[in-house]
Amino acid sequence: MHLVQLSAGHLGALANADVIQPASGMTSLAWLLVALPLLGAAILLFGGWRTNAFGPALATGLSWASFGLGALIFFAMLGRSDAERAQSLHLFSWVPAGSFQVEAGMLVDPLSMAFVLLVTFVGSLILVYSLGYMAHDPEKRRFFAFLNLFVAAMLLLVLADSYLLLYVGWEGVGLASYLLIGFWNHNPTFATAANKAFIANRVGDFGLTVAMMLMFATFGTVSFSGVNAAVGGANAASLTAIGLMLLLAACGKSAQFPLQSWLGDAMAGPTPVSALIHAATMVTAGVYLVVRSHVIFEASPTAQTFVVIVGAITLLFGAIVGCAKDDIKKALAASTMSQIGYMMLAAGLGPVGYAFAIFHLLNHGFFKAGMFLGAGSVMHGMDDQVDMRRFGNLSGAMKVTWVTFGLGWLAILGVPPFSGFWSKDKIIEAAFIGEGWRPWIFGFAALIGAGVTAFYMSRLFFMTFHGKKRWPKDAHPHESPRSMTIPMVVLAAGSAFMGLILGPTGAIQSWLEPVVGVHVEGESPVIAVPVLTTLTLLVVAAGLGLAWMRYWREEVPVVAPVGSLPTRAARQDLFQDAVNEAVLMRPGLHLTRSLVFFDNKGVDGAVGSVAALIGGSSSRLRRVQNGFVRSYALTMLFGVVVILGAVWVVQ
Amino acid sequence: MSSFPWLTTIGLIPLVGALVVAFLPASLADRAKQIALGFSVVALLFTVAAALQFKVGSNLQFQFQEQHSWIGQFGVSYAVGVDGIALVLIVMAAILVPVCVLAAWNDVPEIGRRQQTYFALMLVLETFMIGVFSATDVFLFYVFFEAMLIPVYFLIGSFGGSRRQYAAVKFLLFSLLGGLVMLVAVIALYHYGPGGTDGFLVQKLTGLKLDQTPGRLMFLGFFFAFAIKAPMWPVHTWLPDAATEARPATAVLLVGVLDKVGTYGMIRFCLQLFPEASKWATPAIIVLAVISVIYGALLAIGQTDIMRLIAYTSVSHFGFIVLGIFAMTSAGTAGSALYMVNHGFTTAALFLVAGMLIHRRGSKRIPDYGGWQRVTPVLAGVFLISGLSGLALPGLNSFISEFLVLLGTFQRYRVAAVIATLGIILASLYILLMYQRMMTGPKPDAAAGTPDLSHREKWVVAPLIAAFIVLGFYPKPALDVINPAVARTLQYVGVTDPVATHPAAAEGAVK
Repeated sequence: MHLVQLSAGHLGALANADVIQPASGMTSLAWLLVALPLLGAAILLFGGWRTNAFGPALATGLSWASFGLGALIFFAMLGRSDAERAQSLHLFSWVPAGSFQVEAGMLVDPLSMAFVLLVTFVGSLILVYSLGYMAHDPEKRRFFAFLNLFVAAMLLLVLADSYLLLYVGWEGVGLASYLLIGFWNHNPTFATAANKAFIANRVGDFGLTVAMMLMFATFGTVSFSGVNAAVGGANAASLTAIGLMLLLAACGKSAQFPLQSWLGDAMAGPTPVSALIHAATMVTAGVYLVVRSHVIFEASPTAQTFVVIVGAITLLFGAIVGCAKDDIKKALAASTMSQIGYMMLAAGLGPVGYAFAIFHLLNHGFFKAGMFLGAGSVMHGMDDQVDMRRFGNLSGAMKVTWVTFGLGWLAILGVPPFSGFWSKDKIIEAAFIGEGWRPWIFGFAALIGAGVTAFYMSRLFFMTFHGKKRWPKDAHPHESPRSMTIPMVVLAAGSAFMGLILGPTGAIQSWLEPVVGVHVEGESPVIAVPVLTTLTLLVVAAGLGLAWMRYWREEVPVVAPVGSLPTRAARQDLFQDAVNEAVLMRPGLHLTRSLVFFDNKGVDGAVGSVAALIGGSSSRLRRVQNGFVRSYALTMLFGVVVILGAVWVVQ
Repeated sequence: MSSFPWLTTIGLIPLVGALVVAFLPASLADRAKQIALGFSVVALLFTVAAALQFKVGSNLQFQFQEQHSWIGQFGVSYAVGVDGIALVLIVMAAILVPVCVLAAWNDVPEIGRRQQTYFALMLVLETFMIGVFSATDVFLFYVFFEAMLIPVYFLIGSFGGSRRQYAAVKFLLFSLLGGLVMLVAVIALYHYGPGGTDGFLVQKLTGLKLDQTPGRLMFLGFFFAFAIKAPMWPVHTWLPDAATEARPATAVLLVGVLDKVGTYGMIRFCLQLFPEASKWATPAIIVLAVISVIYGALLAIGQTDIMRLIAYTSVSHFGFIVLGIFAMTSAGTAGSALYMVNHGFTTAALFLVAGMLIHRRGSKRIPDYGGWQRVTPVLAGVFLISGLSGLALPGLNSFISEFLVLLGTFQRYRVAAVIATLGIILASLYILLMYQRMMTGPKPDAAAGTPDLSHREKWVVAPLIAAFIVLGFYPKPALDVINPAVARTLQYVGVTDPVATHPAAAEGAVK
């Protein structure tokens, strides 16, 4: 079976490589997609205070311009036949170094366009929202500059035509994420959170770097088309190694197990940042990487299995953590992790899952961004309170926030006909496909995850908007300004209807087919589809019901109860920080400290004692030079005798 | 071929400048630094003009050649010329000197003899730096190699910090020890060469049929000197002391330019003159280089003195450079050559910006800072960009060179390359922890009213940041001149790149 899969993948890849035409028409302007927001960032950063007045508006405008251009390119692509949709845009010769030659270029294909539209649309909406949210921040200009930098880097990431150029965008979004998590780094905890995010991502970068080195040693190139074309001939061990290293990279960026620990702390950033970077776009880049490298993963079933395992672990991990968090943003962060776990799982399932991984990614981009903006709106109205135990019954005070958040909530639960239903349900179905133990383990992980998701999201929703008021005394919750509510409404509309438009029509599958290959129907889940759908809905209903009993019907205590052992474990993110500290941080600290000591005393000491030895012998020599003529005469006599003796011996 | 003596001219301009600055009449003494800056800028203009004349496709190893008999009896000539690697290093040095003069503007505030000496020493050093990179006579190279020590010794010993004497003597002893060992090898090399009145020319000494043992011994003589200069573990210990006691501008010239003579020498002399010995020593050197990468990075993480921290990052970066050189692949060695240039700019920015902070706060201790992003936001931003260049952020200069080194090494030495790749994680630790400790946190009351970057300081950092971005996105001009030089060196060594195990079938489709 593997053999068949492999050759199918290979053929698909060859077909891909052949049909990529040079960019024409609008598509040849694709570089502007990146350049416009980058220009915005440059103007705002280098212009300094002079741009304070118009900077934020300019940044927002440039981001919308990028969306407009993206839409034009999208329609141009829509006008071409399936086989001719992908186009490549050569930019310039970037790294010509001996046998290693990399051209900077862009690959504009259905997959990258899906991301371009998501990133520029949601990104621009969030920039608009930020105009209201950040209105009173003294460093607003810097914030908008960083957001523009992020949009540019994210677009470079998805448009790059080689792993090396992808890496530039990859690290660029990481930098923007670092800068924005630490935007309020006068708070030391926030500064630490920013560092944590960057360093965890660097561990992922290690994977990406090694993957590229392996690709070059194996295929002699790091361009997508070159690698895809050569995969067929490589041996399984190299491919598995490349796949696992790419997975490591994806784990770092997408906060997947075991590199998940940074995402919760990343909520230190302003809420629009959490919505855009740490929910809708950047954190899904790992899924993009896996799907973009599908030819490699299809050729290495081992690597694929690891992708599925990582996805399954993370989706449960995040869901469990999400049940115990009282901080609304941290609960949403845990949820993000869990939802990306679903996408990762789907991406690891092969052709049956790619389209749904991306579909869920797009849906999630809308509903999760919408909910984060909703959370921001709640915080805005509640004096930056994030503890859900101090919310309750906000539905009356913030109607728009409540309704839009509610739509996002229904979407993530997978209640038909809202968007999540069309993607998550399909992922669960796909997880049940296969032979042996796999469908049972992964299928049930996905199914149980859906129930837990329903529980923690309903808990969050009820604790915030329903039940009794638990507001602090001086709280006067109020609806947020238009600039904030309009983006929420738009995103909520997407959460409600996007699934319906793209799901049942099969649009998303046929759109992505030219990139990820044709998904041959044939294998069916080990449990019949109608049964599965019913089962899923039942599990979701159970989770919702449980949450209703405990967080709406019953009184929610203002101070969190001690809780059971599992609750306490979940509150502490299943001890992820304790583990990292014990395994990496403390030993690392000891190692550095002892090395500093060793360098001063050991290495320098050893070299220094050689110097001392020389110094010592010179002082002994100095004693010989005592200024007495008689001892000099004696030495000379001794020397002459030795020389004469030597001459005599030689002759 | 142009007959204009470009290299001699470029070398003489700062020397003349040094004499002028040193012996200014008292009436003009207050113009010393302006004059020094002027001469260094003129030298830069000439360097740029020369670089534009450089022919990429030339079939000569060296261009802009000049040759005059100097000490015929010993076979010593005054012979200069550059290949692509030497050229980019000279350009880098010529850019850094005016930047450093500008950065050192107020290092010696009182007008007079002492200030004149300070700037004159910097200009003399520039002459020697240009000489050492352009010498194509091994003995001439040695002369410049040792002569450089003199201005640096005085720059550290007379103008440095509180432990300047100790640091200057330590630097001098280490360097002299290396130099002496190299001198033995230099003389022995002449003995094994064809001899004659120009027997020290690099061309005459390339491709000698050396016996194994003398070849290896001479290689070790050269390598020892270069390893101290570079500096590699375990002979790196002079560097942190020298860097922290020197003025920031001196530290830049020392670590950014002077130390490159070590790695440049490895390419020019170790690989080119002793191919057999180079291949023989490679495994041991790869191990030392990997140790340097990791060790330097770990030590940097543990430092509490900014200048020492930056010095240790350089130990790590030099480890990368040596790794790429001895990987002996076209990607790896080209990466190393490019890394030498990039590291010059990166280290310059780090040292100089740290110097600006030290000037304001009066302390080199990292714990004495904190929250400075709120006091001097532009300075903090510049510091962060320099740091990001130091951790080889993709999109900035160091990334491409570091990646090429790792990639090229991986082609031959997979384990070494993977271990060295761990350096990218450690780099993020030492840079970001430093930034966190110094720049983030609540606004410090004590530092209130500290001025942000002045106009002069902006002019110091602007060329460096421009270099980061240009070399990050468009390294092609530099790589185009480096590539042929690397190819030629690898040809001398007699190695060819390993080929990909399963190359892409249709390379044409990639383009």
